[in-house]
Amino acid sequence: MIKNSAAEMSAALSNGATTSVALTQAHLDRISEVDGKVHAFLYVDTHGALEQAKKVDDARARGEKLGPLAGVPLALKDVLVQKDVPTTCGSKILEGWRPPYDSTVVSKLKNAGVVILGKTNMDEFAMGSSTENSAYGPTHNPWDLTRIPGGSGGGSSAALAAFEAPLAIGTDTGGSIRQPAAVTGTVGVKPTYGGVSRYGLVAFSSSLDQAGPCARTVLDTALLHEVIAGHDAKDSTSINAPVPQVVAAAKSGDVKGMKIGVVKELNGDGYQAGVRQRFEESLELLAKAGAEIIEVSAPNFEYALAAYYLIAPSECSSNLARFDAMRYGLRVGDKDGASAESVMNMTREVGFGREVKRRILLGTYALSSGYYDAYYGSAQKVRTLITQDFNKAFEKCDVMVSPTCPTTAFKIGEKADDPLAMYLNDIATIPVNMAGIGGMSLPSGVAPEDGLPVGFQIMSPVMQDQRMYSVGAALEAALLSKWGAPLLSQAPALGGAA
Amino acid sequence: MSALTYEDVISKYEPVLGLEVHVELNTNSKMFCGCSTIFGAEPNTQTCPVCLAMPGALPVVNEKAIESTILIGLALNCSIAPFSRFARKNYFYPDMPKNFQISQYDEPICVNGYVDVEIETDEGPQSFRIEIERVHMEEDTGKSLHVGGSTGRIHGADYSLLDYNRAGIPLVEIVTKIVPGTGKYAPEVAKAYVAELRDILRALGVSDVKMEQGSLRCDANVSLRLIGSEVLGTRSETKNVNSLRSVERAIRGEMIRHAERLNNGEKVVQETRHFQEDTGLTRSGRSKEQAEDYRYFPEPDLVPVAPDAQWIEKLRAGLPERPSLRRKRLQEQWSVPDKEMAAMINADVLNIVEETVILGADPAKARSWWLGEISRLANEKGVAITEMAISAKDVAEIVSLVAKGELTDKLARQVIEGVIVGEGTPAQVISTRGIKVVNDDGALMAAIEKVCSEQSETADKVRNGHLPAAGALIGAVMKETKGQADAARVRELLLGHLGQA
Amino acid sequence: MSSLSRDDVANLARLARIEMTDQELENLTTEFGVILNAVARVQEVATTDVPATSHPLPLKNIFRSDVVIPSLTPEEALSGAPASEEQRFRVPQILGEEA
Repeated sequence: MIKNSAAEMSAALSNGATTSVALTQAHLDRISEVDGKVHAFLYVDTHGALEQAKKVDDARARGEKLGPLAGVPLALKDVLVQKDVPTTCGSKILEGWRPPYDSTVVSKLKNAGVVILGKTNMDEFAMGSSTENSAYGPTHNPWDLTRIPGGSGGGSSAALAAFEAPLAIGTDTGGSIRQPAAVTGTVGVKPTYGGVSRYGLVAFSSSLDQAGPCARTVLDTALLHEVIAGHDAKDSTSINAPVPQVVAAAKSGDVKGMKIGVVKELNGDGYQAGVRQRFEESLELLAKAGAEIIEVSAPNFEYALAAYYLIAPSECSSNLARFDAMRYGLRVGDKDGASAESVMNMTREVGFGREVKRRILLGTYALSSGYYDAYYGSAQKVRTLITQDFNKAFEKCDVMVSPTCPTTAFKIGEKADDPLAMYLNDIATIPVNMAGIGGMSLPSGVAPEDGLPVGFQIMSPVMQDQRMYSVGAALEAALLSKWGAPLLSQAPALGGAA
Repeated sequence: MSALTYEDVISKYEPVLGLEVHVELNTNSKMFCGCSTIFGAEPNTQTCPVCLAMPGALPVVNEKAIESTILIGLALNCSIAPFSRFARKNYFYPDMPKNFQISQYDEPICVNGYVDVEIETDEGPQSFRIEIERVHMEEDTGKSLHVGGSTGRIHGADYSLLDYNRAGIPLVEIVTKIVPGTGKYAPEVAKAYVAELRDILRALGVSDVKMEQGSLRCDANVSLRLIGSEVLGTRSETKNVNSLRSVERAIRGEMIRHAERLNNGEKVVQETRHFQEDTGLTRSGRSKEQAEDYRYFPEPDLVPVAPDAQWIEKLRAGLPERPSLRRKRLQEQWSVPDKEMAAMINADVLNIVEETVILGADPAKARSWWLGEISRLANEKGVAITEMAISAKDVAEIVSLVAKGELTDKLARQVIEGVIVGEGTPAQVISTRGIKVVNDDGALMAAIEKVCSEQSETADKVRNGHLPAAGALIGAVMKETKGQADAARVRELLLGHLGQA
Repeated sequence: MSSLSRDDVANLARLARIEMTDQELENLTTEFGVILNAVARVQEVATTDVPATSHPLPLKNIFRSDVVIPSLTPEEALSGAPASEEQRFRVPQILGEEA
């Protein structure tokens, strides 16, 4: 049962083949069995999950009209606030904090009857591409436990790949949904910026952050997308427009006559051979499905990484200032007449990890007087250029595509001491965040040289998210008929009953 | 104390002013969240994830605050920017939950205005134009209570307790350009400017403008330069100036302090100073070893404010009468002499007198009650007249009762006192205290007969035509009737009784 | 331009309120040399004629009406406080400027 898609689980719940309590319990059991190895979860809310499952079962028994995902379990990235449930963002500085409010995403999930199993591991404050930067230890890739599950949302992607949950929520600032999806053989979508409310999403970089759906199939992702998306008056940057019809697009999977633009600059040197091979193969399948493949150029994408590593740290240096030991979270050194200032200094030293401190200082520098124009100001101009590149390309094509990441999952510890090498993981995903458009990663097979999953990225214009779902569904169907079974069936068993 | 006199200072130096006024708007809810802004609530009862800066919370701009700010800009003759943005001002301080203040930096909503103020000079009334550089929006901080130590002040405290009810209340900052050319009148001009601002803001209805509650706060920048010099001197910034009188005192004090340093060949330090209400002097605040770097950048959680012309014109059309024009109009309508008008303005009773007049009171009577008895009682209590617990409606009622002969002036004073101590409305005070004018001629005659027999010698003088002696008898009768009699009627009856009618 | 001294990094740590060890400052000074070189590339194309983008979407005038909504209870507000007293957040002594 736990290997089914969320859509299948939903059908089983509707026709009475199972109950939400049984389904939830099955996933809780799976978590007990395998999470010791995977470490996808930071907190499992056994009681809350079963309580919500029971509520949904009761409502169903009363004949109430329920949404398509009512009763289906979900793993929530620990960067989204859930009332009374510990929220750490993978950081020591928030250890033990139980928020007194729900994020809008969580409210929408609760209202839709989705069962939240618990909070998943992540790079501290979503800063990283491997989940190694969690203060609570790394998450392991179910395909190979010695490898990273991607990041920052490695807990959510690993939970999906390990069948600990059929649905997950991630957040994507520079690729934190799509890159983990790529390296774990799952599907992840970063909706258009403003498509999903950021209220209650602990901010890393406000102008780039976006929460989105993660699952094992394109349709499941679309179903979850429609649950969490929509205008929210509590988020000033939320778009007040109807949610794109992503479920309909995922169901039809029709790409006939669509123009798919291959980004010239996001390929070639630096991309692993198996990654390129799977990408080419996917293009052929899409062409066979009736799409027209063209090449588009985005000359300024090569500056995206540099601009990102100025904008995101700048915003984070300000966003993370609130973690100061005064109102919540960790407090260190409050003794012997210590001053508030020294307690702040010590708490932030002890409470933040190395990468977080590195980015805070980098951002502090980029915003400081005398350097603002050269760094932060220039980065914002690059942002304009990248958006212009997208706009020009979208005049010629309906969606743009590239490999999601240059390589498959690397070994835990391999890049820990080389921040620049680590940052390169996001080279293909970052432009999407800079322009605020939509992006999806779905599995395109495994690389022959290492047998690890490869991701295929689809990018669609602002509030045209349905386009990437159409293309994603078409490619998924073509690949499935080629493989005969979902890609995850090729992953090694983790032990346990599944 | 100072060896220099103020005259010494102004004979050598020219003061240059710069004034920054912070105004708390009187919106119902905070700048970026729906928490209430009511003053004086129990600690931390008006807070939420947004104003406590809990992880994940986001700000949303209060539209009324934007309207109020635009109104202020229009009233101060500013241009309204067609496009402006919020920015984050980054610095750590425990009373500021986010450790950045949402403010405006290089794109304020209103720029380039002016206010004309008039002061009394040796040569008669003179007008000064204060140019406004900018009006921008920001948010207030929480309040800290310092515990331990001996002074209750921040220095020497063992720890502090924070209440964030005030955190996030909308603030508007009004910044002048530098103000040269006021010479010896600098302190008065500054005071008149703040008073004029306060009147404008009050007329706009956008703020409570209570300096004593901190809803209007003034920071005064002062520098001196040698008369005739074009080069600006080093300025000090004095904070904590919490009354109109303090504005004047603080600037005068700083001018003398600067001049003493300059005369001694010392440098004026660019620093923040705190005004001491008790001594009238300023005390050095933090001396900044390194200039603070606020790392301003556009607030990514908020979108730009771009008021369209239609919105601005609608607000402009609703602007109230300019306070200076209104004063001229009222003076004419009420036929008030200059001196009395100035007294009303000084005592800050113009609004309440007008309100009293609107409620039907004769302007001269309304003025005399507010400036007379009520002002005297306020002085006794050491509070502002407008802080007294008596309303325009109460006074209008009292004026009307006196006009109808139902109260004497003396009785009216008792009623006012009763209202102020909380005994209720004038009608309630009259009823509970049993105050009434004695109109019963029989009762009056009894008192007159009693007094005449007790003071028969005086009564005889009156009988013999020495009318001035009647005053003592009338006084005695009034005393006998506990002031409740109408003195004119007593006189009439007394003279009749003594054959002098 | 793209190089920072150890003192520069120490000053950034002071601005960011992080008490760093000497070793951390040393490491960061080295790393920043490399990182700043890489990110300084933005200057190659950021010419004066290019406008800056601070918000990914061209939204404007997003307001809420001036309506009071219920606050947290003081218990909820203080629930995460490391220390509290008299319904207020208790914090160590505040040095510096008098507020």
